[in-house]
Amino acid sequence: MQKLRKIGLVVAILTSLLLSACAVPGNAPSEQGSVAANSGEKVKIRWWHIWAADGPEGTNWQVLADEYMAEHPNVEVEITIITGDPYKDKLATNMQAGDPPDLFQTWGGGVLWQYADAGLVQDLTDVLAQDEWGDSFLPGPMAVYRHNGKVYGVPWRFGMVGIWYNKALFEQAGIAEIPQTWSDFLTAVKQLKDAGITPIALGEKDKWTGHFWWSYLAVRDAGQAGFAAAQDRTGSFSDPAFVNAGEQLQQLIDMEPFQAGYLEQSYGDQQVVMAKEEAAMELMGQWAFGANSTVAEDNLDNYIEHTGWFPFPMVDGGAGQATDAFGGGDGFAIGINAPPETIDFVKFLTSKEHQAAMAEAGLAVLPVVKGVESSVKEPVMQVVLQHFSEAEYLQLYLDQYLPPAVGLAVNDFVQELFAGTKNAQEVADAIEDVAQTELSQ
Amino acid sequence: MQSVSTSISRLAGARRTTQARVRREQAVTIVLFLLPAAILYSLLVIYPVFQAAHNGFYKWNGLGPMTNFVGLDNYVRILGDDIFHKAVWHNLVFILLSLVTQLPLALFCAILVGRRLRGRTFFRMVYFLPFVLSEVVTGLIWSFIYHPRGGLLNWVLSLLFPTWEPPSWLGTPNLLVLICIFVVINWKYFGYHMILYVAGLQNIPAEIEEAAQIDGASGWQVIRQIVLPLLGPTIRLTIYLAVLGSIQLFDLVWVMTQGGPANASNTMATYMYQFGFLRTQLGYGSSIAVIMFVICFSFSLIYQRRVMRQDFGD
Repeated sequence: MQKLRKIGLVVAILTSLLLSACAVPGNAPSEQGSVAANSGEKVKIRWWHIWAADGPEGTNWQVLADEYMAEHPNVEVEITIITGDPYKDKLATNMQAGDPPDLFQTWGGGVLWQYADAGLVQDLTDVLAQDEWGDSFLPGPMAVYRHNGKVYGVPWRFGMVGIWYNKALFEQAGIAEIPQTWSDFLTAVKQLKDAGITPIALGEKDKWTGHFWWSYLAVRDAGQAGFAAAQDRTGSFSDPAFVNAGEQLQQLIDMEPFQAGYLEQSYGDQQVVMAKEEAAMELMGQWAFGANSTVAEDNLDNYIEHTGWFPFPMVDGGAGQATDAFGGGDGFAIGINAPPETIDFVKFLTSKEHQAAMAEAGLAVLPVVKGVESSVKEPVMQVVLQHFSEAEYLQLYLDQYLPPAVGLAVNDFVQELFAGTKNAQEVADAIEDVAQTELSQ
Repeated sequence: MQSVSTSISRLAGARRTTQARVRREQAVTIVLFLLPAAILYSLLVIYPVFQAAHNGFYKWNGLGPMTNFVGLDNYVRILGDDIFHKAVWHNLVFILLSLVTQLPLALFCAILVGRRLRGRTFFRMVYFLPFVLSEVVTGLIWSFIYHPRGGLLNWVLSLLFPTWEPPSWLGTPNLLVLICIFVVINWKYFGYHMILYVAGLQNIPAEIEEAAQIDGASGWQVIRQIVLPLLGPTIRLTIYLAVLGSIQLFDLVWVMTQGGPANASNTMATYMYQFGFLRTQLGYGSSIAVIMFVICFSFSLIYQRRVMRQDFGD
């Protein structure tokens, strides 16, 4: 009995640990032998993307995959859809197990480079040089896939973050001109509040939504040089520019411009608030217009008619340019064990013909292949496209640009600024603290 | 006479060897039956435990081999991290709330529905129902109830108090978010504890209570002097389960708040997920797992040695 009890005890405790056991076998994949190229053998391309099957993107991908399979009977494209944050988790799990999907959604930057360093994604430098495939892309977006002189992905749409606003609500609040500077912007927020309108929609439960505000201010304050210095450790995230960004955001937060309960709401809520015209502005990427349209329901016509876009305001004395853009885009990366047909399939997906069709359908917005700009039909998207093409410097989303340990720390600590549990200096110091252990290697 | 006794002892000896053989065969059978479970268990539980302990000494992002040995650095960072301190505190709050509200409530309801109440099977089922739901489903349902835009709770409150503006239930970074989550934990798990108590109550012989009643004991005296002491083993077990459950709390919190806002509802488990897994610092995450293990293990050891010892029947 004594023994049984002891065994029972151990069983109970060890079972309790099942949850917390955080062990993952760490076997890196072996260098893959080149599979007999395009020999007509049956091959399967396992493709992971993040767009719901019944949404416009998901439908489009399925149609293109079917088309490709019809043309190449030996290729089977198996699509796995994982929407939202679980995608990143699931991908990370497979990567840690050394089993990357053959083709998968990537945002480029530090996250992709981490996989590249571990030898989990294919180096596309050589295939991009062949047949001028690489030259078909706009040069700007390619930068986010380049790491140590090699390219690990290609884009299919790109864009920038900016302020989406409701013209009708602006008019109602008597705002005559688009705010050019941060102080103009704060004045506009005040005018909206005085008119009884919720100035800004934000779903801060998701954290990346709010990190746009801090990051774009930091892009304005620190500029390209400031960001590069903080990342290569000649500078620091607690430099005055980053503290300023936090203090400017604090000014905005102190005005309480967000819809009630925004700290517990997600991006999905933010979309609905904008689509139903319950708030006047949101800071969001180029996809917001399309995404909000899908949830506008019976308010769709009003939403489309009233929606405008302007670039993020400039701050006084900032080191950045008013044209500097903060953004990123969607791209493809290819797993190390993918069959060679995968590259051909990606060429097919990013061909000029399909880019033009997808741009026209409002899917590849903004398009990334040269010569299809005129396919963008929505007037408001033309505005975004114009600013995007004027940008000389594009800062990638921080949670993709930096390795996850730092990028997610930015999201977490900026949320503390919104929640009022850290001030601007503390946020900058906390980010710097993580950067010190994670970026200096 | 002597020959008889030797033949008897020889017989006995033969029986003994037979018995020994049977016992050996039984032992082999037992081992064979235990083997698959033992192998699976070692592979899936014991090995990962040691693996986690080993990983905890490295700075490792989960990709490629572990090369960056950092000794106790991960532990120093965890134990010095304010966010972790808060997470531990939140676990303690959940433990405390479970012990002082959930268990007494479950016991109270068990005494009601375990006995004479009409329609008690109906009540038993209703109270137990939430326990059947998965934690994720529960979290989603309650997220809708608490939702600031058109959530059920705010809708009801707006009917009762039209002028009052309710707080952001899950969006207020203080004790409020913990209490709101605890309400859900309570809703989900109190039925489970109640069923344990009901089972315990059924083991108390009715004669003892009747005898006490005949002796003139009041209802409260019966409960205080007879039911509670005889229910002791069950109560001690539910305390054990409630404490361990509170220490490991993850799914509900993650679905409802992701540990936020601003870490106000992080528990040790969500802290581990956030810092170990999402930030791809698996070495750091493993160290957190080890700390949780030590906490669970020490609690189990002390509690079983000191408190539950009397309940084992030897």
